[in-house]
Amino acid sequence: MKILAYLIQKEFTQIFRNKALLPMMTILPIVQLIVLSNAASNEVKNVNIVIVDKDHSEQSRLLTRKVMANDRFSLVSAPYNKEDAMETMQKNDADIILEIPQNFERSFLKGERPQLQILVNAINGQQATVGVGYLNSIIGRFNAELMSDIKRPIVNKNAQIQIASRNWYNPEIEYTHFMAPGILAELTALLTIILSAMNIVREREIGTIEQINVTPIKKWQFILGKLVPFLCVGLVLLTVGLIASKLIFDIPIRGNIGIIFIYGIVNLVAVLGLGLLISNFANTQQQAIFVAFFFILIFVLMCGLFTPIDSMPKWAQYFTLPNPLAHFISVSRKVLMKGSGLADIKMEFLYTFLLAIVFNSLAIWSYKKQS
Amino acid sequence: MNEYAIKVEGLTKRFGDFTAVDAITFNVSKGEIFGFLGANGAGKTTAMRMLIGLSKPTEGTGYVAGFDIRTEAEKIKKGIGYMSQKFSLYNDLTVKENIRFYGGIYGLSKKQITKKTTEIMEELGLFEVAKKPVAALPLGWKQRLAFAVSMVHDPEIVFLDEPTGGVDPHVRRQFWETIYQQADAGRTIFVTTHYMDEAEYCDRVSIMVAGKVEALDSPDNLKNQYDSETMDEVFLKLAR
Repeated sequence: MKILAYLIQKEFTQIFRNKALLPMMTILPIVQLIVLSNAASNEVKNVNIVIVDKDHSEQSRLLTRKVMANDRFSLVSAPYNKEDAMETMQKNDADIILEIPQNFERSFLKGERPQLQILVNAINGQQATVGVGYLNSIIGRFNAELMSDIKRPIVNKNAQIQIASRNWYNPEIEYTHFMAPGILAELTALLTIILSAMNIVREREIGTIEQINVTPIKKWQFILGKLVPFLCVGLVLLTVGLIASKLIFDIPIRGNIGIIFIYGIVNLVAVLGLGLLISNFANTQQQAIFVAFFFILIFVLMCGLFTPIDSMPKWAQYFTLPNPLAHFISVSRKVLMKGSGLADIKMEFLYTFLLAIVFNSLAIWSYKKQS
Repeated sequence: MNEYAIKVEGLTKRFGDFTAVDAITFNVSKGEIFGFLGANGAGKTTAMRMLIGLSKPTEGTGYVAGFDIRTEAEKIKKGIGYMSQKFSLYNDLTVKENIRFYGGIYGLSKKQITKKTTEIMEELGLFEVAKKPVAALPLGWKQRLAFAVSMVHDPEIVFLDEPTGGVDPHVRRQFWETIYQQADAGRTIFVTTHYMDEAEYCDRVSIMVAGKVEALDSPDNLKNQYDSETMDEVFLKLAR
C-alpha cells in the first residue's frame, strides 16, 4: 500500500507541474462542451424553399404566405417554371421545391383533389425529411382551414383524429439539455483514455519504465498507480463539466447526482483500463495515439450521442455493448433528465463493471516487467 | 555459490535466428569491480538485461545475489541496483522528489528516505539545487545522482550500463572514485563501458565479441596474454 502511495504521489506531482497539461485537462474540455453542445444540434431550424406557383390564384398565394409565415422556412425564390427551380436546387440553394399546379384552386373548388408536388433535396437526409414534415403539417392545416372556409364537408369532421402530444423529460425540447450530458460523458472518457494511453508510453520512451521494472514493484501496483491519479482527473473534469452545464445550459438534474459519480468512477476505471492496455502494446506515443483514436472514433460515433442506437442495424447495436461511452451517455441522460435511480441503470452498471474488470485484467496481464 | 555475487553458465539469448548472447559463462566475486566490455552490438546490454531480470534467458543458468534469474527475478530485484544508458530519473521532478520516489517504491520507510536524501545530497553537494527539477542539472551531476539513486536501497550488486557516456574526463574520474568507494564498502560493481582506460580501473574484465566472452581476466594479465601495452590494444586484437 505504501508503495502505491508513492506512485500516486509522484504522478500527481508530475500532473501539477506540467504547465501545459493542466489547462488542457480542464479548460479545453469545457470550451468543447460549450461549443459542441450548442452546435451539435439535429434540430432543423432553417429550410430553404422554392415555391413554383403556376396557379396564381387566391388560394395558391394564401398557401405561399402560410409557408412564408413559418419561421423555419425561408423562401429563396419563386420562379415561374420548374426548370428555374431545379437549377436552384442543383446549386444547393434550395432544400425543398413546392410546386403548385395550374388550376389548383379551380380543381379544388370542383372537388377534384388537386395534387401539390414537393421535391426534396435529399443530400442532407435530416434536413429533407424534417423539412417535408414541417411542410406537410402546414399544408395539412391549410387544407383543413380551406375545407371549413368553403364549408364543404367532404370529410366528416367528427371522424378526424386530433393528436395532442406532450414531450416528457424535456418539455421544451431543449436540444442542449439532451446534448450537454452526452457530450460531457464523451469528453471525460476521451480525455482519460488519451492521458492514460500516453502516460506509460511516455515513460517507455524516456526510459524511466525500465528503471521501475528493475524494482521489486508488483504489476498491479504499477497499473493502479497510474489508474488512480487519472481517475481523479476524470472526476474533476466531470464535476467541473456538470457545474458548467448547469450554469450555462441550465440542464436539469432530476436524479441523484451521486449516482452519476458512482457510475462515473466505474466507467472511468473501464476507460482507463483500455487506455493502459493500449499503452502496453505501443512503443511510441504516436502509435498509442493512433490506436487510441481507432477506439475513440468507434466509441464516439457508436455511442448514441449523434445517432440513436435504436436506429442502428442489429449487429451494430451489439457492438455498442462493449462501448463504455454508450453506457455513460445513457446513464447521464437517464439520471439527469429522467431522474432514474440505480435500479433503472443496472444493466449499464453491469456491463461497465464487466468492461472495467476485463480491460484492467488485460492491462495488468499484458504489462510485462520481463521480455 | 555463496562466495559469488554473480554466477552464470551457458547463458544464451536468441531473438529468432539471431543469437545475441551465445552461451556465456563467468563468475563475479563479492566486492569485485567487474568490467563488461565489448563493441557496440556485441551483446553486452542483452546479457546485462538477463542478469537484472528485464529479459528472460533462452538457455543457460544464472544466479544473481543468490537467486535464480529464471525463476526468482523479482527477488533479485530487491538486492540489485541498476543504472541504465538512458538517463532514467524523472526530469520534471526535483532531486528530492526523485530520491523519495525511488526510495518509496523500494519500500523504504519515511525515516530511511529522509536519511538517504540527506546522505546523497551531502555526498554530491546538491543542497543548492535540491528544489530544482533534475532537468536543470548538468549531465555529470545527473549521472552521479542517477548512480546514487540506483543504490538508494543499499543493494549488494550494482549494474551500470555505460554510466559515463557523454561526460567529460574530469567527471568520469569523479564517477570512478565513487565506484571505488562503493566497492570498498563491499558492494559488487558490474559495469559495461566503451572506454578502455576505464577498463584499467576494473578488478577483472571480460571482453565480449559477437555474443561470446572471448577473454576474461585482470587487465594486467590480459595485457600480458595478448602482448599489448594498453587495454586498447587488447581490445582491438580481440575484436578484429
